[in-house]
Amino acid sequence: MSAVTPAASSAPADEVVLEVVHVSKSFGANRVLNDVSLTLRRGEVRCLAGENGSGKSTLIKIVSGVLGRDGGEVRLLGESLAADAAQRAIDLGLCVIYQDLVLFPNLTVLENIAFLRTVRAGERVAHWQAWRAVVERTIARMGVTIDLDVRVEKLTVAQKQLVAIARALAANARIIVMDEPTTALAHDDVQRLFTLVRALRTDGVSFIFVSHKLEEIFEICDTITVFRDGVVTASGPAEAFDPRHLAQAMTGRLLAEERLAHPLAAMARTFLSVRGLRRRRAFDDISFDIREGEIVALVGLRGSGQRELSLALFGMAPADAGEIRILGETVRLDSVETALARGIALLPEDRLSEGLFFERSIGDNIGAANLASYQRALGWLDLRAQARAARGIMQDLRIRAANIGVPVQRLSGGNQQRVVLARWIERSPRMIILNGPTVGIDIGSKREIHELLLQLSRRGTAMLLLADDLPEVAALSHRVLVMAAGRLVAEHDAATLNVAALAAEIAAGVGAA
Amino acid sequence: MSTLVVPRCLVSRRLLSSTDGVAALTAVALFLALGIANPQILSVANLFDLARNCLVNGVMALGVVLVLIAGGIDVSFTAIAAFAMYGTLKLALGTDMSMLAMLVIGSAIGGALGLVNGVLIAGLELPTFIVTLGTLSLFRGALLTLLGTTYIVNIPPSMVAFGNTLLFQIRATTGVTYSLPASFLILVGAAILMAVLLRATVWGRKVYALGGSELAAQRLGISVVRIKLAVYVLAGTLAGLAGVLHAAEVRTANPFDIVGTELNVIAAVVLGGARVSGGYGTVCGTLLGVALVTVINTSLLLLGVPSYWNKVAVGLLILLGTGLPILVESWQSRRR
Repeated sequence: MSAVTPAASSAPADEVVLEVVHVSKSFGANRVLNDVSLTLRRGEVRCLAGENGSGKSTLIKIVSGVLGRDGGEVRLLGESLAADAAQRAIDLGLCVIYQDLVLFPNLTVLENIAFLRTVRAGERVAHWQAWRAVVERTIARMGVTIDLDVRVEKLTVAQKQLVAIARALAANARIIVMDEPTTALAHDDVQRLFTLVRALRTDGVSFIFVSHKLEEIFEICDTITVFRDGVVTASGPAEAFDPRHLAQAMTGRLLAEERLAHPLAAMARTFLSVRGLRRRRAFDDISFDIREGEIVALVGLRGSGQRELSLALFGMAPADAGEIRILGETVRLDSVETALARGIALLPEDRLSEGLFFERSIGDNIGAANLASYQRALGWLDLRAQARAARGIMQDLRIRAANIGVPVQRLSGGNQQRVVLARWIERSPRMIILNGPTVGIDIGSKREIHELLLQLSRRGTAMLLLADDLPEVAALSHRVLVMAAGRLVAEHDAATLNVAALAAEIAAGVGAA
Repeated sequence: MSTLVVPRCLVSRRLLSSTDGVAALTAVALFLALGIANPQILSVANLFDLARNCLVNGVMALGVVLVLIAGGIDVSFTAIAAFAMYGTLKLALGTDMSMLAMLVIGSAIGGALGLVNGVLIAGLELPTFIVTLGTLSLFRGALLTLLGTTYIVNIPPSMVAFGNTLLFQIRATTGVTYSLPASFLILVGAAILMAVLLRATVWGRKVYALGGSELAAQRLGISVVRIKLAVYVLAGTLAGLAGVLHAAEVRTANPFDIVGTELNVIAAVVLGGARVSGGYGTVCGTLLGVALVTVINTSLLLLGVPSYWNKVAVGLLILLGTGLPILVESWQSRRR
């Protein structure tokens, strides 16, 4: 770990507002933070960089008192923060703006901004006039204009974010923590947000900015702390980093790990062929092929259109124009049913909300996608056959559980992911679209899921892989397509891929399009 | 505060896009339409009648709208009202208890039953609809098995006197008299108190906040459990009060009364702009909704429409009153 030095140029005062000293945290046997230390000074913008699951979110929860810690100390404006003291943290002036913003959609902008302050002050009477005065002052300080009497549900995401920031400022926040604030924002809105952050920084407000978008990190941050697997791998002024260095600190590797993908059979037919595919405000002019057994990775900054493209190929949000051929035959994928009938499966990004019935058993979850194949005369469901098949798959995929009756919510993340995969494997799909198949899964399970995918690939299943973990992408895929602003901007042979160069290319993506 | 003097739902700048704005427009339009069809409906005499008919449902509706704003739903309030009414009169039987005492006792019984709902919902975090569906049956069963099933006809003299106290009286040319009972003031008072509570206290705004997003309320450090408890106790109190007012109005305590009207009241509240999903609703809109449902139930008869059509009309109004704002909103967002 390199020494932490403040970016003196942008910090008007040297006062330390937040100190994290040797903090550790474990969930069961899983150590998510290991001896983490950092400081934040008045007017400093510090970025916490790292991949998903690297410990950034856990640190935020500990710093804001929402989560206890196993060891170490958090000093907020000189006061040592007791573990689990969320209210105290707010009172001391630390406000976390979560990704979902947690505003009240049914209340006006005025009330949303005034609320935190009012609740903290323990007021009993609704002083609407006084609230308006405070809110107007806050808004003026931010240098923005917004209708105070409109309900928050009518606002755009960018406007809602302003409301969340104003709410923090109105409650005299001195440290604002923003968790991935730019994820849902358009480019212009990101610039506006950064202008605001710069203005407030000069005003003495400190920021902790969680992000994994390299170009944004360099644009807005004075200092950077990089996390990987719960450990601070690098820390220092932003000038001390270059994109390559930062990518390395985040991923821990410069070069691809050992090649996992095996060579494609020379005779492999082209399974999917896409030409000039377009969907309004999502992607445009997309053309590529995937052969049987080939694993094609689709990478790019979040929101570049990968997700929309994958949904279009699964028939969930069909394309407006362009041609899709499957084994040479022109098809229209305008519903999930037609995609399924063509042998296309989708492993969704969010297992929680999209993929699994959490309270139901493993067997039910595996069977859910193909109830029809167990249906007998009069709609009778052959539960025995279903259970037999589920048991077989459970063994094949090494899903670790006592039996198929165990509810899915009791499984680990890796095992849950395997249940989702199992469901589709049972259908013997011709092509699988995988969205972040190993996100939030420990290293050991990652390996097993990789093997599973490679097995499918050997059996001739085509795969479109959407993932952020570039070394993984490089190891697992045959080809890498880079997407930016809704278009394909580059294509690489995975065997000769330079991961650091790819990371830099992706970071530059917005400009290249 | 001026907002309390002029009902906000009638002067809203965004009449069509707000739910209670649409409800208000619908109500006014319907009043006018009915008035044109039968001018007698808009006569002072009939308006007095309307006010009298709104009384009990109006007080209960004030509790229901509070629960809906907080993001819950209550179907047990009619059982609470009946229990409180019968329980109070059972206590008062043969005594010369004052009307004020009966109102207080009825409210207290209602509040206590509301607390049962509150503990189950806020304390044990059970689903609000299921809980109140259970307590609807529970309270009603307890009333009939424990307290009795016979009518109480000889109500205390103070209650008779209260029922006879009139604010205004009008003798129509036909010789029939129409009057506005003093108990109407209790509805007005309760409505003003509720409006002040919701609009001018931080507690009231927290109720809206809770109904808008429980997660956000928690993250801001609002004590969600305490607010929910208070909401159900308050709703129960209002139901108990309504029960005693009902007895004073009909001059008997019939344990089979009131229960069965819960959907009518909820319908009125929803018509008045409250949303079952929580976070929305106003006192003014609620009173309009109650008036609207009452008008339909009484005025269609005056127009010579068979009474079975009342239910059809109320059903259509609910679909219109809740559907229109949603349509307006989606139409506006499409245009944007």
